[in-house]
Amino acid sequence: MRNAAGEITYAQALYEATVQEMERDAGVFVYGLGVDDPIGMYGTTLDLHKKFGADRNFDTPLSEDAMTGIGIGAALAGLRPIHVHQRMDFLMLCMNQLVNIAAKASYMYAGQVQVPMVVRGIIGRSWGQGAQHSQSLHAFFMHVPGLKVVAPVTPHDAKGCMIAAIRDNNPVVFMEHRMLYNNRGFVPPEAYEVPFGKARVLAEGDDLTLVAISHMVVEAIRARAHLAEVGIGVEVIDPVSLAPLDMDTIARSVEKTGRLLVVDNDWTNCGASAEIIAETVERFQGKRAVRVARLGYAPVPCPTTKPLENLYYQNGRTIALKAYDMVKGGVGHWEPHGEDAKEIAEFKGPF
Amino acid sequence: MTPHANSALLAKLYRSIYRIRRVEEEIERIYPTDKIKSPVHLSLGQESVAVGVCAALHKDDIVFATYRGHAAYLAKGGDLNRMIAELYGKATGCARGKAGSMHLIDRAAGFMGTSAIVATTIPQAVGYAFAMRYRKQDTVTVVFFGDGAVEEGAFHESLNFAALKQLPIIFVCENNLYAIHAPLRDRLAGAGLCARAQSYGIPAKRIEDGDTLALHSEVSLAAAEIRAGRSGPHFIEAMTYRYVRHVGPGDDLFLKYRSQEELDAWKAKDEVKRLAAMLGAPEAQRIRDEAEKEIAAAFDFAEKSPFPSPRELEENLFHA
Ligand SMILES: Cc1ncc(C[n+]2csc(CCOP(=O)(O)OP(=O)(O)O)c2C)c(N)n1
Ligand SMILES: [Mg+2]
Repeated sequence: MRNAAGEITYAQALYEATVQEMERDAGVFVYGLGVDDPIGMYGTTLDLHKKFGADRNFDTPLSEDAMTGIGIGAALAGLRPIHVHQRMDFLMLCMNQLVNIAAKASYMYAGQVQVPMVVRGIIGRSWGQGAQHSQSLHAFFMHVPGLKVVAPVTPHDAKGCMIAAIRDNNPVVFMEHRMLYNNRGFVPPEAYEVPFGKARVLAEGDDLTLVAISHMVVEAIRARAHLAEVGIGVEVIDPVSLAPLDMDTIARSVEKTGRLLVVDNDWTNCGASAEIIAETVERFQGKRAVRVARLGYAPVPCPTTKPLENLYYQNGRTIALKAYDMVKGGVGHWEPHGEDAKEIAEFKGPF
Repeated sequence: MTPHANSALLAKLYRSIYRIRRVEEEIERIYPTDKIKSPVHLSLGQESVAVGVCAALHKDDIVFATYRGHAAYLAKGGDLNRMIAELYGKATGCARGKAGSMHLIDRAAGFMGTSAIVATTIPQAVGYAFAMRYRKQDTVTVVFFGDGAVEEGAFHESLNFAALKQLPIIFVCENNLYAIHAPLRDRLAGAGLCARAQSYGIPAKRIEDGDTLALHSEVSLAAAEIRAGRSGPHFIEAMTYRYVRHVGPGDDLFLKYRSQEELDAWKAKDEVKRLAAMLGAPEAQRIRDEAEKEIAAAFDFAEKSPFPSPRELEENLFHA
């Protein structure tokens, strides 16, 4: 699995985390549509049933609502279920159990029960996935007290967050962007946890704070390279976990730069970007002038045809243009050039 | 059904059913004072289902129920003081006042909780049963739900999975003929509730007239079969009837969705009275006297208990 530099892919990191936790704790089990099929959820659950038995990695009937409740019931009894969904979109069928039961159980029963459950959702962007196979919807979950929401970007954080999520005694919605699955990075072979509620400053800069979520982190790094060419220094922050959200790290950066651009892998209205900006403004108003802006999906369902789909998503260039405008003013005074997103351009199906 | 039920069992059932009846009558009596600041869905008239079923279970068997959960909580051995205190919103309540009447819990008694969202505890109970099998424990899990819950998708998804995996669970449908004010006949297509369970290959039995003893013997058999590894899930449709309104105390005949005749016919076969008659006067009286003392003490306990402190508002959202 590992190359000479100790690197594995994001998908392999998720697999490794799951195997290590299943070995450590006999109560950890994986279930969901297709987890024990020959594709094994893009390799992340491949053949786990052969390693650990059919009770610990099993396919389910197409019953997302009840299967969520069944996971909650198993968690109430002390097991540690990992419920896997090949698309985040399918989580809409789980909302009743996640919002009304999982998020409430500990509080409502004054801490007498806990729901240590991981709900994995894969964001399906590739090409042509369309309106119902490409959504993130993390704002829905962030809104509800009692749920944790994480969206790791690097293979390192994918493994560490997965281990932390499995060990967490609370329900965790774990978002995985499809376009990150083949990215390679250094991942320590031993088990480790990446703590929730701690953002990462991925690159430093003095002119603008760029907070990006999930796959948009990759685009933000590209935008930073474009902007370096015109002498704009961008600080890129990956929140890693959205609930809890590390506003201190973001605010520390904005204190320095005076400008905040948030790029979400989601729509902007009532979303994570709205929340981050509102909290920033609340902290700085009356103390320091800050410029804020946000970018996200076009405010429509995702179209499938490539020319429209390309416009629907933000990318390194659109982010760079917005940042340029915030720092120097004047749209159209500059056109970024350089490489576009390879993982998007080079994606081949079938699914 | 069981003409020669032994007297120890009869006494146990009568103690349980009388206690629940009287607790809820007290709740009705106190309710207008507004000391109970929580909607209450009373089980008056329906107590025999919880009583017959729970009396057939072991202490460490697990029960999930609904917002109409007082009877199941008490029948499974839930602490009475802590229940009344919970209704009063007191810190001594079974969930420190954060849950109220609709979310009772007593883990020590194997009562795992209730939900105000119809049908949601059905999959949780199936998941709990899955965990018991996973851990190779011979615990039986029981879930109570109303006739309305059978119309929810979660019911069908849950039964399918439980049957597929042959899980150690008993589904108990409390068929009181209504969901709020809507009669079952206006909501139900097809062959009835048992037929739905049977279509998943689950053995199903309908018990008429809220018959406590019949419920007890049916659940005893089902639980024994499950524990012996001879069967997966069972389904019981328990016919019963709610004497008071859907939520809150008192009569609702003025709403005209049901008739005086229907209510009277059910009251004529009241299980509290029937069990008292079977048990005989002196023994029944002794049980009543004991229960009255315990109930008075529970309300007193709730009255005298403190409210939770403001600091508790943000506690217990997450576990460390
Ligand atoms: C999912 C859901 N839909 C609607 C309601 C509103 N509601 C509360 S009780 C009830 C009727 C349920 O009837 P039944 O399951 O027969 O239980 P009963 O109250 O008769 O014991 C309804 C519709 C709810 N609580 N949850
Ligand atoms: Mg009903």
